Amino acid sequence: MEEDQELERKISGLKTSMAEGERKTALEMVQAAGTDRHCVTFVLHEEDHTLGNSLRYMIMKNPEVEFCGYTTTHPSESKINLRIQTRGALPAVDPFQRGLTELLNVCQHVLDKFEASIKDYKDQKASRNESTF
Amino acid sequence: MAAAQAVDEMRNRVVLGEFGVRNVHTTDFPGNYSGYDDAWDQDRFEKNFRVDVVHMDENSLEFDMVGIDAAIANAFRRILLAEVPTMAVEKVLVYNNTSIVQDEILAHRLGLIPIHADPRLFEYRNQGDEEGTEIDTLQFRLQVRCTRNPHAAKDSSDPNELYVNHKVYTRHMTWVPLGNQADLFPEGTIRPVHDDILIAQLRPGQEIDLLMHCVKGIDNHQACAFAVSGLGELIALFPPDITLLKPVEGEAAEELSRCFSPGVIEVQEIQGKKVARIANPRLDTFSREIFRNEKLKKVVQLARVRDHYICVVARACNPSTLGGQEIETSLSKSKTLSL
Repeated sequence: MEEDQELERKISGLKTSMAEGERKTALEMVQAAGTDRHCVTFVLHEEDHTLGNSLRYMIMKNPEVEFCGYTTTHPSESKINLRIQTRGALPAVDPFQRGLTELLNVCQHVLDKFEASIKDYKDQKASRNESTF
Repeated sequence: MAAAQAVDEMRNRVVLGEFGVRNVHTTDFPGNYSGYDDAWDQDRFEKNFRVDVVHMDENSLEFDMVGIDAAIANAFRRILLAEVPTMAVEKVLVYNNTSIVQDEILAHRLGLIPIHADPRLFEYRNQGDEEGTEIDTLQFRLQVRCTRNPHAAKDSSDPNELYVNHKVYTRHMTWVPLGNQADLFPEGTIRPVHDDILIAQLRPGQEIDLLMHCVKGIDNHQACAFAVSGLGELIALFPPDITLLKPVEGEAAEELSRCFSPGVIEVQEIQGKKVARIANPRLDTFSREIFRNEKLKKVVQLARVRDHYICVVARACNPSTLGGQEIETSLSKSKTLSL
């Protein structure tokens, strides 16, 4: 029951932000009637393959997910439909959220490693320049 | 053993066959291969992932990312191309244009000129704001008039001799500081990246006099920002992995080295015989010349390593910060959706 309420709050929360006028990114959930919450299609506005493919990859790496795929509805519309089906009764929002946090962690880690690498390279170059003097 | 090798090849290599490419898609998802644990493991990823900078100077950066999947590496590439903000000319106020180049064409060309300014020091302009303020706009003035050269030889037909200022280059653009920009940015730091881009050509009596406003934008919302970015092409490639299935000796070794880009195959003299050795597969451009050689095509396997990316950021203003920026942008994208 609590989960239901939470979900509804999330959806309604988004709806109000949409009603408020400008929205940069918004998220909708579409569910076929008669299925329970383990098969859901998410509509992500103002997104394209950049987020779609990387998010799909992270969600597919989750062993609880039976199916995950995304499409761009039409190249003129900037939105993607991301569908998740889970094994068992796990609500589909869970792997979605988990995929997002995992993607966040990946990006953070890549950023850290990248900056460390750049710094190393600069240090190495500096020390090489010094040694030639 | 052979089966295990074949599975590994399927997982790790994109194989370039004579008539097609195999194992293109990533297949290491949980449940696809028995005996492999493919579920996402952040620790395992962190252990295997590394970034190696191969080359960096003020205009370009080449680095390798090892241990990351195509989907995410491609997301970085897309973000660098399209969603890293740049400063570009958006509004052109034309006071006088008697050149042969129409106003709108001229404005379009000006919008494509890369501007050497760090976009992180500027704000986005508010929608509908006509007059720019100093925190979101850079102004440039372009004022060129073409005249006849009085000292030209009588029978010369070379425009360079006959006319003065007949070619309008980006070096004719002068920066007009707004507000306190003159204090913030020292002389010479705000300019077009290249000063030899030809904007228009004039003849005597023609004049161009205009004022340009540069604002911060990203490709999605500013049609010219992409080309302008000069920021960058990020090319992400899998590095080549060439294996010799059978040893190649003698004349065949020489032939083999000619089938690949120079430096890939090294022919060594061992005990009087010439033997071919793979020296540096990374240099290869995969022209697949080897498949035109009937004898040698069975001896070599061409493949690419799947989770290793060579990334080249070319023609960039500040490649190292760009790389960081693009990864941060992808971070923020996933954050906004995390609710």
